Amino acid sequence: MSITQILFWTLSIVALFSALMMITSKNPVYSVLWLIVTFFCISGHYILLNAQFLAIVNIIVYAGAIMVLFLFVIMLMNLGKDTEPQKSKWLKLASAVSGGCLLLVLIAVLRKTETHMADLTSGEIGLIQNLGKVLFNQYVVPFEISSILFLSAMVGAVVIGKKE
Amino acid sequence: MDIKYYIFLSIALFVIGIVGVLTRRNTIIIFMCIELMLNAVNLLLVSFSKMHHIANVAKDPLAGSDGQLFVFFIMVVAAAEVSVGLAIIVMMFRNTHSIDVNFLNRLKH
Repeated sequence: MSITQILFWTLSIVALFSALMMITSKNPVYSVLWLIVTFFCISGHYILLNAQFLAIVNIIVYAGAIMVLFLFVIMLMNLGKDTEPQKSKWLKLASAVSGGCLLLVLIAVLRKTETHMADLTSGEIGLIQNLGKVLFNQYVVPFEISSILFLSAMVGAVVIGKKE
Repeated sequence: MDIKYYIFLSIALFVIGIVGVLTRRNTIIIFMCIELMLNAVNLLLVSFSKMHHIANVAKDPLAGSDGQLFVFFIMVVAAAEVSVGLAIIVMMFRNTHSIDVNFLNRLKH
């Protein structure tokens, strides 16, 4: 096993484990912390795939900004361990079984994919220079539209969150 | 590394997100599961972009950067979505003093 494979399997196992811990832990603060671990593992996968810029953006935006926002809201609401009413046991079992069915079907469909990726160490498209060139030439209109989206989201959040 | 393993990892993360949405009643955790599903899709897009890049790098040195830009835009939209969604959750908590999703069924009356 090469070092890439070892890194891949380690990151995958940690990502799946922390995602499972995220949906099973009772305390919402622990859920947020486990989700941050998952995001760090996904960033590690991005680095393995030569997407360095996305790895950094994922850490800064997701693990940094969005998750801190979640933590902030949870602590603002002062949610303890016992605030969440549980669904019934059968409903949880049915949810797990249906999710497992989806997993099984998707894996059975995609099991025969045979596209092989060559070595993971080459390629420079993930660097900010190359991505920036494409972003500001081909995708400049969506970029500007997304700035308008941000502005409207900001206004919407202020309007919704305002006290009557 | 075969692309297959990346597909399976993304599927597993996505299904964990779906199971979380179905099993929990806490609105914030449901929201976090949606973020997890978005990230699974992002991971799949990045790995397909890498695959496309390796296959076409001789013709176009920038092949595959579209996929990474899509991921970038998904992150942008997710950030906007989170700000509005958390504002809605805070407003709901202020009105009902609970973050149970079952309280939201009053919308149907």
